[in-house]
Amino acid sequence: MIEWVNAVVQGVLLGGLYALFAAGLSLIFGVMRLVNIAHGDLIILAAYLGLSTTVMLGIHPFVALLIVMPAMAGIGYILQRGLLNQTLGPDILPPLLVTFGLSVILQNALLEGYTADPQKLNAGAIETASLSAGGLTIGVLPLLTFAMAIAVIATLQWVFYATALGRGFRAVSDNQDIAQLMGLNKAHVFGLAMALALAVTAIAGILLGVRTSFDPAIGGGRLIFGFEAVIIGGLGNIWGTLAGGVILGVAQTVGAKIDPGWQVLAGHVAFLIVLAVRPNGLFPRVEH
Amino acid sequence: MSDPVLTLSGLDAHYGDFQALYGIDMDVHAGEVIAIIGANGAGKTTLMRSISGLLGNGAAQVRFKGQPIGALRADQVAYAGIALVPEGRQLFPSLSVEENLKLGGTVGRAGPWGLDAVYDLFPVLAERRAQPSTSLSGGQQQMVAIGRALMSNPDLILFDEISLGLAPVIIKSIYDALPGIVGDGMTAMIVEQDITKALAVSSRVYCLQEGRVSLTGRVEDITRDQITAAYFGVAP
Repeated sequence: MIEWVNAVVQGVLLGGLYALFAAGLSLIFGVMRLVNIAHGDLIILAAYLGLSTTVMLGIHPFVALLIVMPAMAGIGYILQRGLLNQTLGPDILPPLLVTFGLSVILQNALLEGYTADPQKLNAGAIETASLSAGGLTIGVLPLLTFAMAIAVIATLQWVFYATALGRGFRAVSDNQDIAQLMGLNKAHVFGLAMALALAVTAIAGILLGVRTSFDPAIGGGRLIFGFEAVIIGGLGNIWGTLAGGVILGVAQTVGAKIDPGWQVLAGHVAFLIVLAVRPNGLFPRVEH
Repeated sequence: MSDPVLTLSGLDAHYGDFQALYGIDMDVHAGEVIAIIGANGAGKTTLMRSISGLLGNGAAQVRFKGQPIGALRADQVAYAGIALVPEGRQLFPSLSVEENLKLGGTVGRAGPWGLDAVYDLFPVLAERRAQPSTSLSGGQQQMVAIGRALMSNPDLILFDEISLGLAPVIIKSIYDALPGIVGDGMTAMIVEQDITKALAVSSRVYCLQEGRVSLTGRVEDITRDQITAAYFGVAP
């Protein structure tokens, strides 16, 4: 019995990581209706930036966040203003094609720069530290990841609903022309949204790199997990995204408990069940 | 007379291959209230979109306070001091009443208008400040749209179809509020289907017909027959 409870708890904590994969994806789609196929590869890019920073400066991966987060935010702003804004319009196909191309380019650039060898970020003792409670053993790192996910999502929620920046995001999302009339330059607002999304991606990438080894080819898988968490939770609901990540995580760990080969499959099956029963996700945004 | 605040010279506007405005010339002086009238499809809304920057034009075709603004984006035009109350209100559904108003203040120009002044003008909005903007009646939404435009403290405010789709009693209350808005020196252009209403608050009128100015003059100098002719294109 206890090992099943353990599987669920580990799944919940794993869900935090998936929610972090998904948060940026959800934000971008919410603000500008852009489906970013390169999102997973940007997570891996952040992990590699973390690797370079820790190796070159000899600092802890979590300290490296102080450099990688602003770097990813800057990359996001430039990427949006320089490339992605040009693809946005009434047709949804151009952004899909361009971000798909970006995904291929990123993977190959990372392959060129870092080779295909799996890498890992070294976070020291925290990686293996654990807490014991009631027969359960909980890793400090997964717990930290989950806490980080809650903090990130609470922050995004606050930015969206309590700041002028968030008001601008929602206004541009509602009606681009009228927002422009109010003095908001949508090209700039979109740039800020992508900057914020990729800052979150930096956190996701570093935590991923500390948790498991990574190589340039695994971005696609992270994209799928992120997508599934967003869809399960319901589009446009940022707390729903956390719930979606948790459901996906629990499905995977429980699936793996039944048979180790079923881990990824069980997650996809859970996703398909939600999609079939509640196509809008479990917690779709309430339209006023 | 002083230099005009807004000058349109030979303004053409296109939607793709379709030309909606042909060589519009117009001078608007500080403190004037100008009525823009004309049948559906005459180009009134296109004119509003051109002045506010939603539709790009030749830079010199629209001059505002001496500066060519015809080629600027709408957000740049907003910073220059032009606000538009768009046709059909077009509030932001994700934003509360107060957030809609605050968004209108994004530009942050100095002037008399702020949240308190808007709530003084339309007290009902103060009661509903936290509600979603879409939960209001049409008339209240129009008040939010007007308040949102005022929040930027514009030098020129454009009203597009201010009374469209509203009950007569609401239209009356909005027109009653207009002198309080344009009274203190603000320049205004009012696009209106209801000619009597428009002329009652305006000093000059431009009538558009098929993208051209078919009649212009001081309100007291033009007759109903002239307007009818200009409106429908019947030879006077």
